[in-house]
Amino acid sequence: MNKIHKRAKIADKTATIILYITASFFILLLVVLTGYILFQGFRAVTPQLLGFSGDGIGIQLFNTIYLVLISLIISVPIGICAGIYMAEYSRPGRITNILRSSIETLSSLPSIVVGLFAFLILVEATHMQYNLLAGAGAVSILSIPLITRVTEDAIRGVPDSYREGSYGIGATKWQTIVKILIPSALPRIITGIILAAGRGFGEAAALIYTSGMSSDIDFSNWNPASITSPLNIFRPCDTLAVHIWALKAEGIASNSQQIADLSAAVLVILVFLFNLGSRFLGRFITKKNSI
Amino acid sequence: MKSTLFKKIKDNEMFKRIKISSLLKKIKNGSPKLLKKTKNEYLGRSVVTVFGFFIIILTLLITGFLIYKGIGTFVVQKHSIFEFLFSNKFAPQDIVGSTQKGQVGAAVFIAGSIIISLFALLIATPFAIAAAIFINEISPRLGKRFLQPAIEIFVGIPSVVYGWIGLSILVPFIANIFKLPYGFNVLSGAIVLSLMIFPTITSISVDAIRNVPIEYKEASYSLGSTRWQMIRRIQIRSALPGILTGVVLGLTRAFGEALAVAMVIGRREQFPKFNNGFLDGLLSATSTLTSKIASDMGNTVTGSEWNNALWSMALLLFIISFLFIILIRFLSRKGSRQKV
Repeated sequence: MNKIHKRAKIADKTATIILYITASFFILLLVVLTGYILFQGFRAVTPQLLGFSGDGIGIQLFNTIYLVLISLIISVPIGICAGIYMAEYSRPGRITNILRSSIETLSSLPSIVVGLFAFLILVEATHMQYNLLAGAGAVSILSIPLITRVTEDAIRGVPDSYREGSYGIGATKWQTIVKILIPSALPRIITGIILAAGRGFGEAAALIYTSGMSSDIDFSNWNPASITSPLNIFRPCDTLAVHIWALKAEGIASNSQQIADLSAAVLVILVFLFNLGSRFLGRFITKKNSI
Repeated sequence: MKSTLFKKIKDNEMFKRIKISSLLKKIKNGSPKLLKKTKNEYLGRSVVTVFGFFIIILTLLITGFLIYKGIGTFVVQKHSIFEFLFSNKFAPQDIVGSTQKGQVGAAVFIAGSIIISLFALLIATPFAIAAAIFINEISPRLGKRFLQPAIEIFVGIPSVVYGWIGLSILVPFIANIFKLPYGFNVLSGAIVLSLMIFPTITSISVDAIRNVPIEYKEASYSLGSTRWQMIRRIQIRSALPGILTGVVLGLTRAFGEALAVAMVIGRREQFPKFNNGFLDGLLSATSTLTSKIASDMGNTVTGSEWNNALWSMALLLFIISFLFIILIRFLSRKGSRQKV
């Protein structure tokens, strides 16, 4: 064996070892990070901290889920319809190009810029205080491009034979879309929606100037028109992610460190659950459809 | 059966040729079912088209409002663009209609954003490419089972949580190692950011490397290359446009990230002190465009010089993210041309 050969072999072995080390480093890092977040969060948890009064984070947890739900109600129809348009109706040309550039622009917007825009349109222009709807609007702007793209890809991914079969038995284009294409693309669309929701849970920069950093609600008041009602969408509302930021920026309570730790842990669990859920649901629907 | 089918196909053909109103009149008397179908057809089409156009309108609205608010500094308060981009004196007035002029130099924040994003890239890119190679070539089995799910979890962790971890572990740790009073500095910010952008770069690099034609790999092996030679000289080189796309996407994310960076950067309005040496630069507190907007916007009065200056920064962020998109388009066109 000559020298060059030998050197090449040594380089190959070294690179392999280094790559193995890098890969295990990342897995270790993830285990340590999540372990730290969860351990630190639940180390000294008391029922009071998880509750709905005083310094408990129950209110924020409720707000997070409610805000993301409202934002999905706004963004899912828009995203899915726009995705259908892109996949089935748009023809190559200038308008489609503009639409595609718009989606790219929206998806790369810094979330704080989106937050400022929503602040301008939904808070300042309407002369309201910070409100939940404005926050949901901001999160929607962030998730619309995601849902549109996922829907388009999913519908394009449906085999052409499905379309041909549907047209062949006399269905119109719209019937084909509603009865054939959407059901077969559903697992991927739902996965995309859940991922968008997961991003919504963690969003904070877009919310600090739209839905605000505090909330004052009363859980015995379920009248949606009242300003202290949890269901009112025109009330200020702070989500878990914003709560962490607020505690860091202006936390004065002696246990603000602990509350932030717990909020982070709950937030991470929430996101994990949603990611797991999207996988499980995707698999479940695929199985159901294939039979 | 056959004849009705034929008729339906003929009717479908008619959609294209005959005016919709006359068609509706014709089938109104004939088949109510067909009428409903036709109505649905056009209703559905209109609805999805409207929503498609809504996205364009939304983007134009955002662009329009950002430009409208962002040029206030230059139009209403009559500062020069040169001052905004290159002066490091930021002391604007917070009174609407004030005749006194403050200073709106944003150079510190611009420099802070650029430096911190570049450092984050510098840290994240080698790791990301290594991870992508591992998943594709070294051990696809372990990669798929452990590394890829791990990366997906990294993506899922919210940015505020990254910031919070940075604040409670990294900042004290760095203060400890370098014997500083505080650990809020460029280095902490770059490490936190690199953790956040590394999954983006990795997942796009994985795809880019996977899309390298297998013939290249086979040809390289048959010429007697070792695996590492094949990876280094063939795969990375042919996947380069794709990998660069991932890098630019990571850069876009790093540039736009606000709160996580704001938590660990120290938010001091000064340039990092790179003139005192590299390490001093890394260990000095600074501020970024996003962290300045996040911390100041709530304290300003609409229309004041200060408020307008912050909007100008937002406009600048928007322009930069737009430039990144153009860069990505350019890269992906290059990548697809290479493949042909």
